[in-house]
Amino acid sequence: MKKIAVTSEDPTLDDQVDPRFGRAGGFLVMDLETMEARYIDNGASQTMSQGAGIQTAENVAKAGAEVVLSGYVGPKAFQALATAGIKVGQDCDNMTVREAIEKFQKGEIPFADKPNR
Amino acid sequence: MIITVASGKGGTGKTTVTASLATVWDAPLQVVDLDVEEPNLHLFLWPELGSPAKAWMEVPELDAEKCTGCGNCVELCQFKAISMMLSTLTLYPDMCHGCGGCIAVCRENALQAGRRELGEIRQGRAGKIDFLMGTLRIGEAMSPPFMEQVKKQMQQTLLETNQDVIIDAPPGVSCPAICSVIDSDVIVLVTDATPFGFHDFKLAWESFSPLGKPMGVVINRAGLGTRDIYDFCKKKNIPILAEIPFDRSIAEAYSRGRVIAGVSDELGTVFVSLREKIRDLAADSGKEVSHA
Repeated sequence: MKKIAVTSEDPTLDDQVDPRFGRAGGFLVMDLETMEARYIDNGASQTMSQGAGIQTAENVAKAGAEVVLSGYVGPKAFQALATAGIKVGQDCDNMTVREAIEKFQKGEIPFADKPNR
Repeated sequence: MIITVASGKGGTGKTTVTASLATVWDAPLQVVDLDVEEPNLHLFLWPELGSPAKAWMEVPELDAEKCTGCGNCVELCQFKAISMMLSTLTLYPDMCHGCGGCIAVCRENALQAGRRELGEIRQGRAGKIDFLMGTLRIGEAMSPPFMEQVKKQMQQTLLETNQDVIIDAPPGVSCPAICSVIDSDVIVLVTDATPFGFHDFKLAWESFSPLGKPMGVVINRAGLGTRDIYDFCKKKNIPILAEIPFDRSIAEAYSRGRVIAGVSDELGTVFVSLREKIRDLAADSGKEVSHA
């Protein structure tokens, strides 16, 4: 597993995980080998009338992430991520992005087999 | 003449008014329940209904073997009903608005016309009244495409007969509400005089005013609430066509699925008078148009 995307309310590792997947403000994409993180703005999805989850899944796929961590992922976003073979860790709300990544590395965040929203 | 009974707030008495107006109507009539998300007019008019006919909308279907992944359809779709996940084209038929654009731009004929069920349309008769209703499929997010098909059926019946039409509209002021008032000659807004009722009445009046159709008001549960609605209507020159009293006997009749125009002679008179005032409203507006 090389690249992980975490939905984030703001651009740093110490900001809160955005509990929404589709309408997340942005996401931090971290390369787990180099431990380099970059922030990708997702604001455009927040203004979409529909399809924000699918759009965000496309953005995550384009960023090259193989795993997504977020709070709640809806059914269409989940389907889109699954199509691209991207694994999903859910219920990562009420923590910082850094905490979510650390939990994931310790194996404390299981991959979901169905959406939780 | 097409009359639509509408309201801003829900639960003001649209169906109550529609059912009563229908039973006192003294000309050939078709009633249409266009509140397709929660139709209930049949609970009061007790129509004998024919078997339901399914209504569909065209959505794309993918022949994955023919798809070259050019992405033309993805670029065209404004509703994310088609997505390219890495190199896999994925369809989300629930999201489709049925424009057909994706099928048109597909050079490989990988996309073809499939269909999504919108709901069921039923026709029948309640005594002498032609009855038409639509029931949106549970889970369907968009009602206007379905309402258009119910209205098409309504127009079809109108071609064969010379009827008046009373439409029972969904509440609110968004697309479904506009879709149900847009074809009417007269809009009857039902409201109660509570602060909520008055607030949403104003929204409805503001939303429908640009359509330039004659509008009148029925105040239900008259005696409750404030005088704000009366003052507003006087100021804006909106006619109050009828007042239905706040009365326990009406609630009892309603709860038994009875038409309230039949509860008492007084109530019957209220709706006969409403019928005539609606006709006057339509006639007056016709004159204004001819003057202009």
